[in-house]
Amino acid sequence: MSRHIPLVLIPLLALAALPLVGSVPTWVTLTVAGLAMGMMIFMMASGLTLVFGLMDVMNFAHGIFISVGAYGAATVLTRMGGQMQGGTLAGDLSVMLPAVAAAIALAAVMGWFFERVLIRPVYGDHLKQILITMGGLIVFEQLIHVVWGADMIPLPRPGAITGSFILGDAAIERYRVAAVVVGLVVFAAMWLVLNRTRIGLLVRAGVENPEMVESLGYRIRRLFVGVFVAGSGLAGLGGAMWAMYQEQVTPQMGMQVLVVVFIVVIIGGLGSVGGCFVGALLVGLMANYTGFLAPKLALGSNILLMVLVLLWRPRGLYPVGKA
Amino acid sequence: MKRLLSGDLPRSKVLAVILVLVFLGLVLAPFIFPGTRSLNVAAKVAVFILLVASYDLLLGYTGIVSFAHTMFFGIGGYGVGIAMAKMGSGWGSLLLGISTSLALSLAIALAIGLLSLRVRAIFFAMITLAVAAFFQILASQLSDFTGGEDGLTFRLPELLRGRLTAYYVVLAAATVLFLALLRVVNSPFGRVLLSIRENEFRSEAIGYRLVTYRTMANCLAALGATAAGVLYALWLRYTGPDTTLSFNIMIDILLMVVIGGMGTMYGPVLGATLFVVAQNYLQDLMKLASGATSGIPSFLQFVPQVLHPDRWLLWLGVLFIVCVYYFPSGIVGRLRR
Repeated sequence: MSRHIPLVLIPLLALAALPLVGSVPTWVTLTVAGLAMGMMIFMMASGLTLVFGLMDVMNFAHGIFISVGAYGAATVLTRMGGQMQGGTLAGDLSVMLPAVAAAIALAAVMGWFFERVLIRPVYGDHLKQILITMGGLIVFEQLIHVVWGADMIPLPRPGAITGSFILGDAAIERYRVAAVVVGLVVFAAMWLVLNRTRIGLLVRAGVENPEMVESLGYRIRRLFVGVFVAGSGLAGLGGAMWAMYQEQVTPQMGMQVLVVVFIVVIIGGLGSVGGCFVGALLVGLMANYTGFLAPKLALGSNILLMVLVLLWRPRGLYPVGKA
Repeated sequence: MKRLLSGDLPRSKVLAVILVLVFLGLVLAPFIFPGTRSLNVAAKVAVFILLVASYDLLLGYTGIVSFAHTMFFGIGGYGVGIAMAKMGSGWGSLLLGISTSLALSLAIALAIGLLSLRVRAIFFAMITLAVAAFFQILASQLSDFTGGEDGLTFRLPELLRGRLTAYYVVLAAATVLFLALLRVVNSPFGRVLLSIRENEFRSEAIGYRLVTYRTMANCLAALGATAAGVLYALWLRYTGPDTTLSFNIMIDILLMVVIGGMGTMYGPVLGATLFVVAQNYLQDLMKLASGATSGIPSFLQFVPQVLHPDRWLLWLGVLFIVCVYYFPSGIVGRLRR
């Protein structure tokens, strides 16, 4: 039963905000925006939490994958921008899909490199992991400066997903709906892989007890590399979508989002994908409601949310076995 | 001498010579390196030695990573800045600013420690990152109070207005506080911190409460950083987000402590000195190198890019990673071998 209590928090938060916001159309707009933001944060955070659950590695350089994904997408979008002028859905998709694919591929390759070169020698040593991943963050952020320059890159959003439509009295941006759909698809795919496939079974077993999985003859190392690469790719996807949402890319964006990602991972419980999903939606909604009601408190409200959750459940909403 | 250094001697001739040189260089800086720029560098070195040493108490001695050290640095700076800017440039407002910021830092450090240090060290690292980011935004949002992105400029009491007096006040305070930190790490309390770093399970089994000791270390480090922030604000007569709160300074502190040497108080001395001097003078050198290589063939075009003066953090980052892998005790560790 206690597993379902955190789920109730999401509608509870949304309903509690309704009288504060005052008008229903505004509330609908804000709720959709909050859900969209939550979905994007979930994509960025899920890899981080899964990697921590599986191999006890907290990657402080996760923000780099987010930035690299955003830059990868931006490069493809600006190069192929000519095709978007038509404004047809097919034309837009023919640019969007390669852009997103480039973002995922670039971030995944970097994730592989990161695991292989930087993190592998320091398994089991938290202090060194934090230091090494911080070092990686410094170096790769500088490399982003070298490759793409230090200035902000404006990012045109393809025509088919700009603009908004009217539902009742509420204006809803198309892009936000698209983000919610993509987020749900990713969550569903992750849930299916984790709960319905053999690999998912091994990953879940690995989170519970890695030694036992290894002693049964499975190479947990290889499994881990796979999860790390997949998590990095997801962060790249999230970064690309976040960049299109903000319509710009900066070298610092990964680090800025990473603070919110950490809050989400802490709220959800380190290592828990389900908790990460609930946490991301809570944070997204909270940020949008407070952004409307008291703009100065937006990030502060998320810290407050984190403190409240930790006071209620000191190890997050869904604590994972060994954490 | 031995008493002054709390029995923690350099234990290496080269290290001893370097330390003496750094100290003499700082004391004589106004005379041997005349000019505003070099005096600024010297004052920054003194302040950062204290700041990084207090961080080493956490990272090197207790084995916990905090990302909120610049927050405490900033509390010190803003405490003095707000008090002096709003209440006039008297000694009263200076003392009030210092005591308020120390009390605030202590309260926040205690709260963070009690909330997060009982779970796991990694939790602490993440929570401090979030809280520090929050504080940074708070400082830029409450612009009526903190001056926002522009920061605060203020006047000092009459006595501290001379550059030379101000410099020696900063240096003396930093030296005394550094020696105090040296005293702390070589006390029985410091030994307990070391034992927690080496094996927390055994330390707890012997009967030391981990949360208590870690939280105390966190509070002491926070107070040290706050004091450093006060001194830096006094020297600059200015407080702003870029000089105190920015995440870049947190990264600088990490680089200094790891390259200098974690787990010894002399590491921060070397790290901070090298880093601050390099920050101010290495970039000139890189500008030369970048200019000299700009005429090379086009397929090597990235070379001048990589040698660009703004990219010096790239090389320090690589050095940082190499240090963590191969020289976990940094320069000081190598010298002591």
